[in-house]
Amino acid sequence: MSLPAEVRRDTRAGRARDRIAETASLAAAVGLTWIVFAWIAPFDGPIGFVVLGYVLFLALYATLVSLDERGPAVRDRLAAVAIRGLAYLVVGTLVGIVGYTIWSGLRSLLHLNFFTQDLAVTQQLDPLSVGGILHAVVGTLEQIAMALAVVLPLGVVCAVFLTETRGAFTRFVRTVVEAMTALPSIVAGLFVYASLILTVGVPSSGFAASMAISVMMLPIIIRAADVVLRVVPGSLREASLALGASSWRTTWHVVLPTARSGLATAVILGTARGLGETSPVLITAGFTTNLALNPFDGPQVSLPLVTFNLIRSPYEGMVTRGYGAAAVLMVVVVVLFVIGRLVGRTRKGK
Amino acid sequence: MTASTQVRPTAPDVAEQRRELALPGGADRVFRLVLRSMGAVVLAIMAVVGLFLAVRAGLALRKAGGDFLTTEAWEPDDENFGVAAVLIGTVLIALVAISLAVPLATGMALYISEYATGWRKRLLVTLVDLMAAVPSVVYGLWGVNFLQPHVVGLSRWLATYGSWIPLLEVDGYDPGDPLSPQTVFTSSTFIAGIVVALMVTPIISSIMREVFSQAPVGEREGAYALGGTRWGMIRTVVLPFGRGGMIGGTMLGLGRAMGETIAIYMIISPVFVIQPHILENGASSISSLIALKYGAAGKVGISALMAAGLTLFVVTLAVNFGASMIIARSRSGAQSEV
Repeated sequence: MSLPAEVRRDTRAGRARDRIAETASLAAAVGLTWIVFAWIAPFDGPIGFVVLGYVLFLALYATLVSLDERGPAVRDRLAAVAIRGLAYLVVGTLVGIVGYTIWSGLRSLLHLNFFTQDLAVTQQLDPLSVGGILHAVVGTLEQIAMALAVVLPLGVVCAVFLTETRGAFTRFVRTVVEAMTALPSIVAGLFVYASLILTVGVPSSGFAASMAISVMMLPIIIRAADVVLRVVPGSLREASLALGASSWRTTWHVVLPTARSGLATAVILGTARGLGETSPVLITAGFTTNLALNPFDGPQVSLPLVTFNLIRSPYEGMVTRGYGAAAVLMVVVVVLFVIGRLVGRTRKGK
Repeated sequence: MTASTQVRPTAPDVAEQRRELALPGGADRVFRLVLRSMGAVVLAIMAVVGLFLAVRAGLALRKAGGDFLTTEAWEPDDENFGVAAVLIGTVLIALVAISLAVPLATGMALYISEYATGWRKRLLVTLVDLMAAVPSVVYGLWGVNFLQPHVVGLSRWLATYGSWIPLLEVDGYDPGDPLSPQTVFTSSTFIAGIVVALMVTPIISSIMREVFSQAPVGEREGAYALGGTRWGMIRTVVLPFGRGGMIGGTMLGLGRAMGETIAIYMIISPVFVIQPHILENGASSISSLIALKYGAAGKVGISALMAAGLTLFVVTLAVNFGASMIIARSRSGAQSEV
């Protein structure tokens, strides 16, 4: 009496057979879509191609898999490739947007004068070897620095207030902060325009722009810092208090050091958000092609604003400069972002 | 349940008493004072913003009265203005954005939380966060200069085969005429909606990912132990558990979509009539109305824009509070303090 030899079942998620089926259906889908586009052609453009190709791919893959699987297994495989396809679509689009911007701006980035000159004397048809975006870089730096000088102390201390105290007042402040994150950035800009510029009489300037950015960034930073502080383990706080430390010492020596990298990440990511804001700056900063070092006196542009203006120009050279400014902005945001992530990662390593 | 309700009334009193004993007076009292006053300063700033908006909007709201919600035109100098067209335009763009963003975000979130592992998972999480940090002006210029020329074909196809749906109808487009102009399809609600969809996808996706990854391990293992496939497990455990977070995340994305300005402003050509044809040239939104009209606005004009901004703020506020309530409820009990 001998038992039939047991065959070990393959439970791995990705099997060679599936990969072959995937590759085959992908190739078939691309081919079919191409045929439809080349001969039947009811619509055109890469978006139509991707949409039709994706649908065809799913259909072909389902057919292939159903040859050697049944009901639930087919649905499982189909769901897996559909979900993966959606994820790749999102990533592909993101890479496309970032790549398109940097690629289009590359021509202006190759000229060193792009970073050392402003656009004051640049004519519409001047070549790219004349004029640059120094004024916008300076404006961005000054405006974000001023906004951070306001937001950083106010935001972090307010977040500490929200996590370290209890009571009706705390709850009320938390609710209001939460509400203010819903404030559209253009409305923040309109508020500063109507209050500081029209009522108080501050000129359209870098200062007004930085105030608009502050109004917009404050709730974002508070929320992010609040989240980071709240995940500091309660046992750490209690241990410190049990040792007889005052709540001031507990916060300063236990809570804040524990959350330091998380707070840094929150602030850096908030800064990246603030840097890219165009609409509040559009309303409050005015527009100039000159380098303006003093943010309190007269218009001062920033990178997103100069991008926005140059892109709408009918002249090709100006549009290329606009792409260049967008590429610089994108690179700054990506660099800030990577720094933020690296700072955040050290926390996990501990 | 009953034990906790019995203990609760007395517990804070005891803690309060002990804290009084521990207080040495000086430093801690100052610390608390500083914290409270900073909270009060933040509160004051936000109250000033809100009150200023409300007070300045009051002038226009008194002038327009109830017509503010039903008038389509925007001529504040002739006292003929209202948010009917722009509000509907805003909602339409946001709805187009949400209906495209939700499938994308769901796919992304499911892939990150259920399929991807190791470095691929970390990379995708970072990319999604980066996507949320890309400046809206970059999305806008991509939408205008890259997407728009390529999406016109799709719009044309939708208009040709879907014109029996009122939303997809396009005036002035004849499917039978191969030479009919493409320009009727540019600067439309649909294109603005696609770009905004890409901007809100990461926001929705990161919330969904968070709730998906909180789906209880026991139920997941149970589903597998009963012989379920991975998709079967997702469908019966992860998605039902994450439903609250999915709805909440979607609403949060809706709020963001309605507040978006620059990308929309760069794409649409503004019209001040209700434009229900999403594929057709001409669209409107409250935020781009403000960006367009603030410069030339007089006293009444600014006040009218304030009123429009206030309307937008109130709508996004309602949507956001609804969202955070739904998210908070879906998470209750999922976390416990260490």
